[in-house]
Amino acid sequence: MIQKLFFYASPQNFYPLAGKLWPVFACLATGLTVWGLWLGMFVAPTDFQQGQGYRIIFVHVPASWMSMVIYLAMAFWALLGLTFNTRLSGMMTKALAPTGAICAFLSLWTGALWGKPMWGTWWVWDARLTSELILFFLYLGHIALTSAIDDPRRADKAGGILALVGALNVPVIYFSVKWWNTLHQGASVSLTKGSSMAQVMLEAMLIMGIAFWMYAVAMALYRVRSIILVRERHTQWVAELPEVRAQMIKNTAGGANA
Amino acid sequence: MSAFVAIVKRDLTLALRRKNEVITSVFFFVVVAALFPLGIGPEMNTLRLVAPGILWVGALLASMLSLSRMFATDYADGTLEQMALSPNSLSLLVAAKILAHWLLSGLPLVLLAPILGLQFDLSANALWVLTLSLLLGTPVLSLIGAVGASLTLGVRGGDVLLSLLVLPLYVPALVFGAGAVQAEISGLGASAHLSVLAALVLVAAVFSPWASAASLRIALES
Amino acid sequence: MFSVSNLCCSRGEKRLFSGVSFSLQVGEYLHLEGDNGVGKTSLLRLACGLCPLEEGQICWQGQPVSENSDEFRANLAYLGHQLALKEDLTPLENLLSHASIAGRQLSLTDAKAALARLGLRGREHLPVRVLSQGQKRRTALARLVVSTAKLWILDEPFVALDPAAQNALSEVINAHLASQGMVLLTSHQAVSLAGQGRSYRLSA
Repeated sequence: MIQKLFFYASPQNFYPLAGKLWPVFACLATGLTVWGLWLGMFVAPTDFQQGQGYRIIFVHVPASWMSMVIYLAMAFWALLGLTFNTRLSGMMTKALAPTGAICAFLSLWTGALWGKPMWGTWWVWDARLTSELILFFLYLGHIALTSAIDDPRRADKAGGILALVGALNVPVIYFSVKWWNTLHQGASVSLTKGSSMAQVMLEAMLIMGIAFWMYAVAMALYRVRSIILVRERHTQWVAELPEVRAQMIKNTAGGANA
Repeated sequence: MSAFVAIVKRDLTLALRRKNEVITSVFFFVVVAALFPLGIGPEMNTLRLVAPGILWVGALLASMLSLSRMFATDYADGTLEQMALSPNSLSLLVAAKILAHWLLSGLPLVLLAPILGLQFDLSANALWVLTLSLLLGTPVLSLIGAVGASLTLGVRGGDVLLSLLVLPLYVPALVFGAGAVQAEISGLGASAHLSVLAALVLVAAVFSPWASAASLRIALES
Repeated sequence: MFSVSNLCCSRGEKRLFSGVSFSLQVGEYLHLEGDNGVGKTSLLRLACGLCPLEEGQICWQGQPVSENSDEFRANLAYLGHQLALKEDLTPLENLLSHASIAGRQLSLTDAKAALARLGLRGREHLPVRVLSQGQKRRTALARLVVSTAKLWILDEPFVALDPAAQNALSEVINAHLASQGMVLLTSHQAVSLAGQGRSYRLSA
């Protein structure tokens, strides 16, 4: 089992594996999204307090969950990369970051869209939304740092340290924002205020959560393939890949025609 | 230990011969504290309410201004390399640099804060808590800032990138620091906030030199 | 005794060199030669431990450096392209603070003597920024005089020195070799030092 893991730790071996897996996850993501949205939009009952507008939680909550899960995944890969000095770990972290940032951004937007009809303001300094905003900045910072460093190995290591420092800080940040919020008795984006959550709503949220997760995995695997191709472009095995060969032929043919 | 003292002494000597590091932080703090009332309006009740936040954010930004210089000159003239080659632990030497940074950029803010607080009509107790919260909080800012400064060493767009990296991590210190003063003003007592700040200092003091040293070694590799 | 085996280095995706091995015994020096850009500085930095090893090993006194890194660093003096001088401090202050950071005791008299030996008598109390380029280099070289390190790794030490200073430096290196020291250096000029010496040509 451990041998298998170390086998796939090499980008050359991981590339075809990722190629086989990502369509599977993409299909799962699509299927679950359709099911989850159908449940959330059509089957779940109208909330007696919040009307139809509450249905946006079926996107908002899974997006928030995933933004946190993806950050933890990045920290996990970072730890692996710094401990074992593997190239693939850095590539996985880099592949995950944009999806995580998108989830955080989506969570913030849907939070705002929910807030406006419910509480009359586009933004509310609720503990969770504020923490989400800070998490979004952490993602942006990570992407900015890894893009700004030219040397890919240094970028990986620096990004790894940043991801770990961020991951350790996220609970502290959340706790401090929660403390800050309770002192200032602000409006709270609460899901279960008043009524208890209907079974269907919970089901729909969980299904959407898993759907987002499948999407994140699919995107990360898809993206990491591109990153591998770029990083390893000077190696033999990349030059021999059919898709790379085809592109080279196209390039030279195009050049000959020009 | 003598290496630690030597670095602090050297950084202090250098800064006092150039003087602009201390002056920049102090000047920025004073200007920010003066600009906010101009932007908000002279109504004393409002100002008293927002004073803790303004003063804390001002101190935070002033402290952040000098962060990029923490390791940049040493990196450029080769001194950092020599520090990495010393048999003394790099974490220890980095801790010395952070202490020197705090003495030059953080401590002046702590000493200046009560005076600026008077502009906002804070009570004597509130001023005392403000000073104490900054005394505990500014080391946290220097410590966390050191990690950011070491990660962005020699990187394009370093200053702005540094701010982006470090500001989210500053939030706990800001919340508890400004919160302490507000708690004092509203009569709730600031001891809980100050305890959390003290805990943050201790944890940061343990982890930051080590994380910064690791990041510095990565920067020196290229 | 210092030895490296099977070192390699890449800059970006280009492999600069691989399979580099050599060793140094006490009293010996190794002159690393090679064209510009072939990786001499990178090799020296690898040997110091500033860059991580991807392949190969570095050994100090028979043990891999990863195991006795404190002892290795205590016995290493490195002079790179950057002089590691603080422009606003005097040569004396630079020397004293550097010794403290490197974990060595240095008395004021020894520091002054070292600076005098390299022709800087009377300039110890001027800030480094007013010195000429050659004088700055000599200040950096004074670190070697007061160093107790056994292994000196020097990157182009003779550059920007006038003949008198070059002689002084050769003298310093010879004295070091005579007292059980080792030197690894690069230089574009021919190197004439006393003691056992070899050349190693680095090529792509």
